[in-house]
Amino acid sequence: MLYREAGDFKTTYSEDSQTFPIFFDRMGYYVTLLLAFGLVPLFINDYWANAVFVPFLIYAIAAIGLNILVGFAGQVSLGTGGFMAVGAYSVYKLMTSFPDVPVLIHVLIAGAITAFVGVLFGLPSLRIKGFYLAVATLAAQFFLVWLFNKVPWFYNYSASGQITVPQSKMLGFYVTGAQTSASAKYLFCLVVLVFVAVVARNLTRGTMGRKWMAIRDMDIAAEIIGVNPLNAKLTAFAVSSFFIGIAGALFFAVYLGAAEVTEAFSIQKSFLILFMVIIGGLGSIFGSFAGAAFLVLLPVFLKNVLVGQLGWPTDLAAHLELMIVGALIVGFLIAEPHGMAQLWRLAKEKLRLWPFPH
Amino acid sequence: MPEQLLYAMEVTLNGLMAGVMYSLVALGFVLIFKASGVFNYAQGVLALFAALTLVGLQNGQVPFAHVINAIFDTNLHTFGWKLPALLAILLAAAVMVLLAIIIERLVLKHLVSQAPIILFMATIGLAYFLEGLGDVMWGADIKKLDVGLPQGISDTIESLTDRWFGYGFFIDNLDIVATLVAVVLVASLTLFSQYSKQGRALRAVADDHQAALSVGISLRFIWVLVWSIAGFVALVAGIMWGTKSGVQFSLSLIALKALPVLMLGGFTSIPGAIVGGLIIGVGEKLFEFSIGPMVGGATENWFAYVLALLFLVFRPQGLFGEKIIERV
Repeated sequence: MLYREAGDFKTTYSEDSQTFPIFFDRMGYYVTLLLAFGLVPLFINDYWANAVFVPFLIYAIAAIGLNILVGFAGQVSLGTGGFMAVGAYSVYKLMTSFPDVPVLIHVLIAGAITAFVGVLFGLPSLRIKGFYLAVATLAAQFFLVWLFNKVPWFYNYSASGQITVPQSKMLGFYVTGAQTSASAKYLFCLVVLVFVAVVARNLTRGTMGRKWMAIRDMDIAAEIIGVNPLNAKLTAFAVSSFFIGIAGALFFAVYLGAAEVTEAFSIQKSFLILFMVIIGGLGSIFGSFAGAAFLVLLPVFLKNVLVGQLGWPTDLAAHLELMIVGALIVGFLIAEPHGMAQLWRLAKEKLRLWPFPH
Repeated sequence: MPEQLLYAMEVTLNGLMAGVMYSLVALGFVLIFKASGVFNYAQGVLALFAALTLVGLQNGQVPFAHVINAIFDTNLHTFGWKLPALLAILLAAAVMVLLAIIIERLVLKHLVSQAPIILFMATIGLAYFLEGLGDVMWGADIKKLDVGLPQGISDTIESLTDRWFGYGFFIDNLDIVATLVAVVLVASLTLFSQYSKQGRALRAVADDHQAALSVGISLRFIWVLVWSIAGFVALVAGIMWGTKSGVQFSLSLIALKALPVLMLGGFTSIPGAIVGGLIIGVGEKLFEFSIGPMVGGATENWFAYVLALLFLVFRPQGLFGEKIIERV
């Protein structure tokens, strides 16, 4: 009843081309923002921040980044973990070299460095396509992880080979280091996520996004109608790696605090984020959020039920979790190959007709 | 001959042997990709699962003992018998065929005509599931696999080369067996696909699904067949790798090592899988031997991928892959 375009007249061009043209969507968006910024920080504690909210926000950033590359530009990448590691090690080197600069700026610069590395590894995509490219991006994953593991300069010659985040403040609050409060972590990641989501949304519905989608749907045809594939593919790699680098920087600096590259940014991380993108929905910003939420919440839920409620040993629960995640992924792909975003789209279609379907 | 050169020769030989082991895994990939266009990420986990099942059967472990103990507070572990190796291998092969049927029924049947990326993702999901299932069924501890294959350094080769060059080559007996097995496997696969009725049907499906269907070839049977063969190849790979380094989770990671082999050889070529494996095996061993010490070692982690990447830039379909023709 409430959810319709009918009667909602647009009188200016900017109104006509806004992100959420339907009034109900727009209100939903504002209410979500209000809740996220106003309500959650008041009630958040360490458990909720570390188990649910902070990983969700960071994975959502990474998923948006990967979705731009895989979902919009159609270039399958398995190097996400490696690119996140670039972000993490960049922010570490920047923070230890220039401790006075606010950490937010470091995070953005880390993203820019990752974008550069991403373009470098994206260059072969001009020759290599499909699965061959997917496997080729594994070169990035393994080479980068090896590099950060073997070259001591990257971890400041620390004896353990680990990187540990130094403390830093923004606006008078700690945002990294041991003394950071749960709400500060949460708000810092949230601000970055909102920025990333708004940029991604507007890029994908503009000229750039249309070029990417043309390349995704058929690259030769796109080339013939005047899309420069070099330009489109490399910008997709750059933008995607920029976001993934930011996610990696936050993952290390805000969430983990201390990281070891072979553990934190392994190939498993690449797969995890690819799953988020696929389960959420390829080529959908909302889908990236949904996929990240699903795959962050699922293990927490399973662990609480299996270990907390049923009292099973943790190793057994971990194995069962693998089985359940695997089965759910297969089940999801069979039931709805276009992901949760498609379910949401269908729900909206139903909602438009409700309560008078004829 | 100078010492250094002899040493390099030994490294090359060992690289060739390691390459054969990679090829064993890559073979399974190629078979499935050719017949169904599915890029089967689960091949490595299939090998792990096959090896776990083999060890479990051989030692008479109770499947799902861990779960049963957790639910009913019992203390089950083994049935208390030991099966002979040959019988256990046959049973494990039967389990792999059963698994192929189940996979076709529950997964592939429902995903016909989906985009390749969706099928690829489904096999990753499958890999997760099988990994969890293997652990839940047989336990996650590292197991020793012994089906009576010879192991250790080959004395004959050492003494022979010592007599010829004055320098004994160290070559693992197991690697020699693996090479022989790989040769037999490839020869029998080639014979099967060239001269048997099912093999011809298989090649027809690989060529064109629609045309194969229209001349009355059952697609579903072919898929079960090809997944069974891939399961069997996984079992062989699992036996070799399991004997070499124990049956454990890292076994499933050899699948990742098989990927650059595939890229190099081309996704659709059985000889490509072998040649690619040999090139990767020799390449990474020689690189580690010559450049590795200068950059801190462990270059084997990434060298294969970078080599394949650089190679593909010049030849995007791999060595023996079908030429990629693109039309609008």
